Amino acid sequence: MFAAAGLALLVTLLLALVRAGLGPTVFDRLLAANTVGTCAMLLLAVIGFLGGRPEFLDLALVYGLLNVIGIIAVLKFFRHGDLGDPGDEANGGETR
Amino acid sequence: MFRSLSAFAALYAFWLLLSGYFTGFLLAAGAGSALVVLIFARRMAVLDREGHPAHLGLSATLGYWPWLLKEIVKSGWDVTKRILDPSLPISPTLARFKPSQKSDLGLVIHANSITLTPGTVAIEVAPGEFLVHALTREGADGLADSEMDRRVSALEKD
Amino acid sequence: MAFLLDLASWLLLCAGGFFCVAGGLGLLRMPDFYTRMHAASVVDTLGAGLILLGLILQAGFTLVAVKLLMIGLLIFFASPTAGHALARAALIRGLAPRLADPEDASSKR
Repeated sequence: MFAAAGLALLVTLLLALVRAGLGPTVFDRLLAANTVGTCAMLLLAVIGFLGGRPEFLDLALVYGLLNVIGIIAVLKFFRHGDLGDPGDEANGGETR
Repeated sequence: MFRSLSAFAALYAFWLLLSGYFTGFLLAAGAGSALVVLIFARRMAVLDREGHPAHLGLSATLGYWPWLLKEIVKSGWDVTKRILDPSLPISPTLARFKPSQKSDLGLVIHANSITLTPGTVAIEVAPGEFLVHALTREGADGLADSEMDRRVSALEKD
Repeated sequence: MAFLLDLASWLLLCAGGFFCVAGGLGLLRMPDFYTRMHAASVVDTLGAGLILLGLILQAGFTLVAVKLLMIGLLIFFASPTAGHALARAALIRGLAPRLADPEDASSKR
C-alpha cells in the first residue's frame, strides 16, 4: 500500500514537471517547483516506510524547510523581473 | 515569563524529537541549546504576542483548527470535483472585502486560513482590506462576513 | 484491531494519493496561473494531510508519528505563506488574472 501512495506521488511529480516545462510564466514554474518540493517531501516519508527506515523523516523535515526558504528566496529575485533589474540597485537592494 | 517557559518547552520538545536518545548527556545538551536559543530570541525581542502567540494555544487547538480542517476537506473536495469535471466549471473572481480583525496577528491568521483553504488565495493583505482570488463566483461571494471571519475575530479576543 | 488500523491507513493513503494526482492534473488543466494555484493547494493540504495521517496510523504511538505530525504542521504553516508570496509577486509584476466576469475587473486595483 505504500507502493500505491508512492506511485501516486511519482505521477504527481511528473505532472508538476510537465507544468514546470510548459511554463509559460516564471510564476507557473515556481508554483510547479513548490509542488515538486511538497511531493518530494511526502515521497521521502513514504519511502522511509517502504524500506522500513523511518530515519528518512528527518530528511523530509529538512527538505520541507529548504523548500519554503528556497521559494521565498527565488521570489525575492524575480519580484522585479530579472536579476539585473536597476530597481533593485536604486533602493539599495531592498526588495520591498 | 509564561511565554518564555512555553517557548523553552517547545524548543526542548523539538530537540528531543529530533534526537530520539534519552541519555543524561544528550538531555543536558538539549536543555542547554534550548536555553541559548531562548536567550537569543529574548535579545532579538521576537518573543512577543505576535512572534510566539502561546496565549492562543488551547482555544486554537481545540476550537479553531478542527473547524478549519473540516472547511479544508469540504472545499478541497469541491475543487477536486471541478478539476476532474471534463467541462472545467470554474469562474475565477477577484474579491475585495473588509476583514473585521483589528490586530496584525488576527489578520495573518485570517489570511493564512483563506490561502490554506483550496479554492481561495489571499493576494493582498492590509488592515481593513483583503484582495482574494477565488476559483468560483460562489466562493468569492461567501468571503465577506464569513463564519471564518467571525471565528478568527473570536480567537483574536482571547 | 490491527487489521482495522491497516485498512484505515490504506484508505487514507489511497485517498491522499488520489488527491495528489487530482491536484497535479489541475496544475495542467487550469487556464491561468492564479487558478493553477488553487489546484496546487489541493496537493499541499488534502493530499499531504491524508498521506501523513495514513503514515501516522502505521507508525502508532512512537517518535516517528510525532515527526510526521511536525512535517504536517510545517506544511500547514509554510505552504500558505509561500502561496501568498507567489500570488502577490505575480500581481505586482502585472500578471493579470483571467476572470469569469470582465465587468468585475474594475474591482481589481
